[in-house]
This record gives sequence, structure tokens and C-alpha cells, in this order.
Amino acid sequence: MSDTQAEILKTTPLFELHLECGAKVVPFAGYEMPVQFPMGVMEEHNWTREHAGLFDVSHMGPCFLSLEEGIGGGDEAHAKIAAMIEELVPSDIASLKQGQARLTVLLNEDGGILDDLIITRPIGDDAQGSLYIVVNGAMKEQDWAIFEKALAGRAVLTRADDRILFALQGPEAVDVMKDFFPGCEELSFMHHMPFELNGTRCIVSRCGYTGEDGFEVLVKPEAGLPLVKEMLTDERVKPIGLGARDSLRLEAGLCLYGHDLDPATSPIEADLGWVIQKRRRDAGDFPGADRILRERSEGPARKRVGIKPLERAPAREGTEIFIGDEKVGVVTSGGFGPSVGHPVAMGYIATAHAAPGTEVQLMVRGKARPAVVADLPFVPHNYKR
Amino acid sequence: MTRYTQPTTFYTKDHEWVTVHNDLATVGITHYAENALGDIVFVELPEIGKEFAPGDDMAVVESVKAASDVYAPIHGKVVEVNEALTDKPETVNESPTENGWFCILQIKDGAEIADLMDEAAYKAYCDTL
Repeated sequence: MSDTQAEILKTTPLFELHLECGAKVVPFAGYEMPVQFPMGVMEEHNWTREHAGLFDVSHMGPCFLSLEEGIGGGDEAHAKIAAMIEELVPSDIASLKQGQARLTVLLNEDGGILDDLIITRPIGDDAQGSLYIVVNGAMKEQDWAIFEKALAGRAVLTRADDRILFALQGPEAVDVMKDFFPGCEELSFMHHMPFELNGTRCIVSRCGYTGEDGFEVLVKPEAGLPLVKEMLTDERVKPIGLGARDSLRLEAGLCLYGHDLDPATSPIEADLGWVIQKRRRDAGDFPGADRILRERSEGPARKRVGIKPLERAPAREGTEIFIGDEKVGVVTSGGFGPSVGHPVAMGYIATAHAAPGTEVQLMVRGKARPAVVADLPFVPHNYKR
Repeated sequence: MTRYTQPTTFYTKDHEWVTVHNDLATVGITHYAENALGDIVFVELPEIGKEFAPGDDMAVVESVKAASDVYAPIHGKVVEVNEALTDKPETVNESPTENGWFCILQIKDGAEIADLMDEAAYKAYCDTL
């Protein structure tokens, strides 16, 4: 008898559809998720950069946080719920306009990153006093427990991870989306709109994690499944797995929690200082503010940078970075970038060596391979501003 | 011990093929393996002259997503490697059993060939996976 018990994996409402599309599924964040479809990682990646790729991200943690006293009440209600979440994150949530979203980080008392998340202020005075929040799938139980504990008696958390959350990404995504959600083409990056679909309310956000223009849609399964099926009949749309999702976000220089971000890493080290707006910096009223503000003024000891291997060997997560005999850093994400046609990586390096163009060596299977510190992203972002 | 005066191909459970011809063995990965790995972007070949025992890490093949080891199927010394894979690793996907060969080993112990699967046995093995 084995003493290891297989983890019981959950499935998303799109699981059967993935199998019908020929997906190869793997365990990911507690779910059985498609890692690739018959097209293969490389072609799925390129398809998304050129057309429109459909990603199931229902394993993630969409949720709503609402004032215990009830929602409605316009700006005053927003100010109240914003002040509550600002106890946990360093971004300016109070100043969000209706429909606007912001990337932020959940911090521990030492200023380390517990997760990265997107917080959206809803549209409509009757919806104020609530926030739409999407956290990482692998971190959702942790994050939600933190919200509930910190905001007990003041705010109510409503999980929405029984719904379908999917992303349509790529330059042709907007043309496909506007037939289903007329008017969504007017949204700019990091803004959302609610829509009615067959009598079901759904949330359409212009955002994503590929570096391309695109949308994310939160919708109940009964309306979402037929929607996704119909979208996949469009010749511009192909289903895309986790493999391509990873190479797309890596080329776009975007962090993957648990790899490029962790509880020991501050937003300044992670080069995410921009998530802390001026009002919050001036007030210094967020967890770990001492460390974060000190690192911001004095510079962190290490910093997240892009790494471009100069040979064909990819440098994977964990690869040590050297300059001569001195170990100066470590790769936290690495692989091959199909759009740039060479290996790409990101990692943390001592700040003294973090300037783009700095020559380094990567220890790949005991062999030193030449690389340079590179600007991120490797592929320019193509967001609708 | 059988001596293979005509090229004869055998297989391992790790999805390598081994074509034995006199005292030389050409090694590559099967269609099953390249298909499971997906788009191959890098191959690290062994050094000429290096000796391997069965199960040793002999080469590395990297797809977009991950790196995988290729094991030595038998005892042998590397006498030739397929340098073409350095610039065109995708050859392993396109032609795994012909142009996508990895290296040629000088066979140390021909008796080990008997531990490998022939084509029918390998096919039956793949059907169980």
C-alpha cells in the first residue's frame, strides 16, 4: 500500500469541452487543466499573438467583497470598502473610477507578496460598496481566508469560482468579442462592463496575461458553456492550454505567482513598485511599508530582471546566475519564446548587476552558458489604452 | 550472441530507439516520445568519446515547456553525434527515427541487446500506455 494519497483534483465547467477539443490535461492549482491542445504549445502561442486564443482560467479565484451593511450608496460606499481592502494591499483603490481595475499585491507584515490580484470597482451607484477581485487559483483559499479574517463583521466575501472565467486574447479578440458583447470594443485596458447574456449577468474585462489585447469574461456555466462553444466555432478562435499561456506571459515579462513572486519578495524587488500609487506611498499605511519604502528610496538588494540566454539552451527555473565565480542571482521562470525565436527567462539578480546588457553566465546542467540581462518585456505589450 | 550484420532496430521503455549494425548502435527517440514532448527547441548531445552505462543521462531534449533526459540504452562509447540537431532541433519532431538521430555508440556488451524490445513488443508496450 502506498502512503501517498492522490490529490483529488477539481474540474472546471469547461473540462468536458477541453476533452472534446483533444486537450492533454495535467494537475494545476488543484484542478485538471489543459496543458495543450492538438495544435501544440508553439502553434498555440503563435496563434494567440496573431489571431485569438481562448483560455479557460476558471481555476482562478474570482470573488466579490461587499460591505456588511449592504451595497449601494455611491461614492461613500466605495470609499468604505476601498479603505478596508487598502489595509491589505498597497494600491490606491479609493481613487479607482467606476469600471476601472488595478493590479495589486496582497502583502504580509514584512512587505512580502502573498499573491498578486486584480481589483475592479463596479459600475453603477447601486453596486458601490462592492469590489470584484480575481486572485490566483493556487492561492485563493489562502487569500480568501485572509480577507475573511481581516474584514470580519465589516465586509462579506462571495466566492465566484463556481462560474466560468475565460480569457480571449490576441489581436483578433476584439472583433470576435464585439459580436457577443456589443460595446465591449470601447473598453480600454483594465476596464470592465457588465453585460446581460441570456438573462444572466456577466462581467467583461479588458485585460489578460499574454501581453496582447484581450478580454476576460466571468459568466455562470449555464450561459458560459454555450458562449464558449459558439466562440470556438469562429475560425479566428482556438483553444489554448497552460503551456502557451506560460510562454506568452513570460515573453510579456509578466510574473507567475509561486515562481517569480513569493512571500519573501517585496514589490520593489519584483519591479512592481508601480502598483503603489503616490497617496499610499505618502501615507505609508500598508503592511510592510517600512521595508517597502526603504527599498524604494535606497534600492533593493536584488531585483527582478529579464535574462536573455545567448545560446539555444533554455535556462529553466532554479538555474543559477553567475558573473565569473560569483553567484549573483537565480532564474525564476525560463523557457523558449516562440515569438522571439530564442530562449527567454526572468529572475532575480543582485542590483549591482541588474543593468540591461550586463553579461552573465547561466549554469545549465553544470555548464556555464552566456546570457545578458535584458529589458522586459521581450515582446512589446499590445494593450488597448 | 547474435551479431546484427543488417541494421536492426530495438526499443526501450523510455521510448528510445536503437538501431544495431555490427558493433555500432544509433540512438534516437521514438515518434511516441517526440509527440509527448511537443515542439523541441534544444538538444544537448553527449561528447564524443564519453562512455555510458544503461540508464545514464546521455542527452537532454528540451521542448517549449520542459527539459527531459535521454538515457543510454546500453553500455557504449559515443563515436558520433548528430551535430545538425544543434541548429535544427525541430528535426527530432519532423523525422525522429531518421534525420533526428542523436548519437552513435560503439557497443560494449552485445548481450544487452537482448534486454531491449523488438518492434512488435514496443508497439504492444505503447498500446498499454
